[in-house]
Amino acid sequence: MTSLFRLSTLSPGQSATVQALHVDSGFQFRLNALGFRVGKSLELIRIGPFNGPLHIKLGNTEVMLRQQDAANIEVLM
Amino acid sequence: MKRIALIGMPNAGKSTLFNRMSGASAKVANWPGVTVDLLSAKLLIAGQMAEIVDLPGIYDLHGFSDDEQVVRHFLCNNAIDLVLIVANATQIDRQLTLALQLKSLGLPAVLLLNMADEAKQHGITIDTQHLGDELGYPTALFSAKYGQGYAGVYELIERELQSSQATPTLSLEHDFAVDQAVEDKLEQIIRNNVEVPVQAGNSTTEKIDKVMLHPWFGLPIFFTVMFLMFQAVYTIGAPLQDAMAWLLEGFRDIALAPVLSGLPPLLNSFLLEGVFDGVATVASFVPVIILFFLFMAIIEDSGYLSRAAFLMDALMTKMGLDGRSFVMLLMGFGCNVPAIMGTRTMRSRGLRLLTMMVIPFSLCSARLQVFVFMTTALFAPSQAPLVLFSLYLMTFAVVIITALLFKGQFNSQEPFALELPPYRFPTTKQMVLRGWHEIRHFLRRATKFITIGVVLVWILTHMPFGVEPASAASWSGWIGEFMSPVLSPAGINSELTVALIFGFVAKEIVIGALAVIYSLEGSSLMQGIAQQIDWVQAYSFMLFTLIYTPCLATVATLRAEAKSAWYTALAIVWPLTLAWTISTVFYQSARYLGF
Repeated sequence: MTSLFRLSTLSPGQSATVQALHVDSGFQFRLNALGFRVGKSLELIRIGPFNGPLHIKLGNTEVMLRQQDAANIEVLM
Repeated sequence: MKRIALIGMPNAGKSTLFNRMSGASAKVANWPGVTVDLLSAKLLIAGQMAEIVDLPGIYDLHGFSDDEQVVRHFLCNNAIDLVLIVANATQIDRQLTLALQLKSLGLPAVLLLNMADEAKQHGITIDTQHLGDELGYPTALFSAKYGQGYAGVYELIERELQSSQATPTLSLEHDFAVDQAVEDKLEQIIRNNVEVPVQAGNSTTEKIDKVMLHPWFGLPIFFTVMFLMFQAVYTIGAPLQDAMAWLLEGFRDIALAPVLSGLPPLLNSFLLEGVFDGVATVASFVPVIILFFLFMAIIEDSGYLSRAAFLMDALMTKMGLDGRSFVMLLMGFGCNVPAIMGTRTMRSRGLRLLTMMVIPFSLCSARLQVFVFMTTALFAPSQAPLVLFSLYLMTFAVVIITALLFKGQFNSQEPFALELPPYRFPTTKQMVLRGWHEIRHFLRRATKFITIGVVLVWILTHMPFGVEPASAASWSGWIGEFMSPVLSPAGINSELTVALIFGFVAKEIVIGALAVIYSLEGSSLMQGIAQQIDWVQAYSFMLFTLIYTPCLATVATLRAEAKSAWYTALAIVWPLTLAWTISTVFYQSARYLGF
């Protein structure tokens, strides 16, 4: 069974597939360049201290992304 | 002359390749966004002179941050004979996009897949020949850092440069409507030519991160690492400084003083007690500075800075800053100027201005010299490093106060994503280059600001003719007396006042100026100052030095980056006000408590 989630709701250790990016076009280009493309799978490694940013792994790239920005990325689990 | 441009995503190793090709020592570090401006060098390649230009990293040609604008502007205004596309081979699945975008613009280029060593470790295999054919750009795999495959890369560049024709300048108004096509082509090329093992990833980095980014221990570990680094700089650096001062003193007494003894007394005093003592006192700190930058090089190259951004982001957000601001503060510990320029990677103007407002509080290596000097002179050897560390903590305290106060003025909610590169270690060669770079930087400043500064101080302390040097009757005495209503509440005497005034130009001048004012040098200068002031005054003086208006170079950079006279004025006045307030509060409370 699969269902849609916001990336910010994943727990550390969970994997998912990028489904949609609901961000302004400037930021979308940046996310694309870092590997956030529809259909790509990613893994949430950990969350920073004090409810901080997400540490995400996409292929061979590791990225930090804030929770509020991750909330605009839809993923499929 | 032919023109070659290095283009690639941030942290792909463009500057490392640039240094290898040109023998230059452009700053490199394991952080996306070290190079934010154009760097160029001329070299002889394939029998003719060529200009090679190192550009800031760019994620894609839509680039919209200030450092990416530098690249777009360059591409639109210069004819280029050959583009060297530098890409990280381990991330070829996304970094190839840039090559495809450049291809669609018809630029003559070669694709250089960097970090062959890491790709091999990860078990990634790339059919470069076939990939190059499919892409339409000659392609090679190499390592800019360790040199493997570099000979092949150089030959490739030579060959392509001979046959290439300069393209007319571009118009990047091109809307890249073809992006979907680029993506499909990317998928196809990767599928056909690249093999990535299913369990790809850097297990060493993962293991280190488990400890360094631990939810509870991550931050304590970070501060412990910083503390140990400063402790090491002091513990190793102070004796080196002592030895250097001893050598320079010996040179003065054995060689210089006898040679100059025939000169008229005033000229003798000018050359010996003015120029030499001033510059030599500053020069004795060169070993401390080199040592400091070697440690900085290791930390910057390790990739730990990005981790610091990750650990601190939530706390910095509360102050209206973010994790990148924190990294720029850390880089500011080296020198404030490149740290201020490093904010170009931020897109939001509010965030940039607020970050640039706090960077000058970073205890830079020039201020470090003043503090090593003062703490060694006035504190016991066991206390001195702790006193020094307290000043680093003071940097953060002042940053917090300033950011909280001004965050309303410079608001921002910029979404950002930051890469966390794998841990790496600099090569010995890179570290030697860095040390050499810092020596040259010092010599440049020494010949300009420092010499002029100490000469001016000598004049102020020895004029009008015939006065007792630095006495109340001298010009410096007048200035001290004039400023005394302002600075004596902070415990800063007239000698220290004159040093502070010159410190506005460059902080190194402060100790040079003290040497001239007290007509002493090396260890006798430290003793002389220890007799004149006590530790409370010294600490108040150090607080003032840390916080007040940064050096001229920093002010000029702030102005150039912010392009606002109003902002620049604020960035001068606010630190002055804050420095005076904090020093005075500290001095008066300490005295009130009976110290």
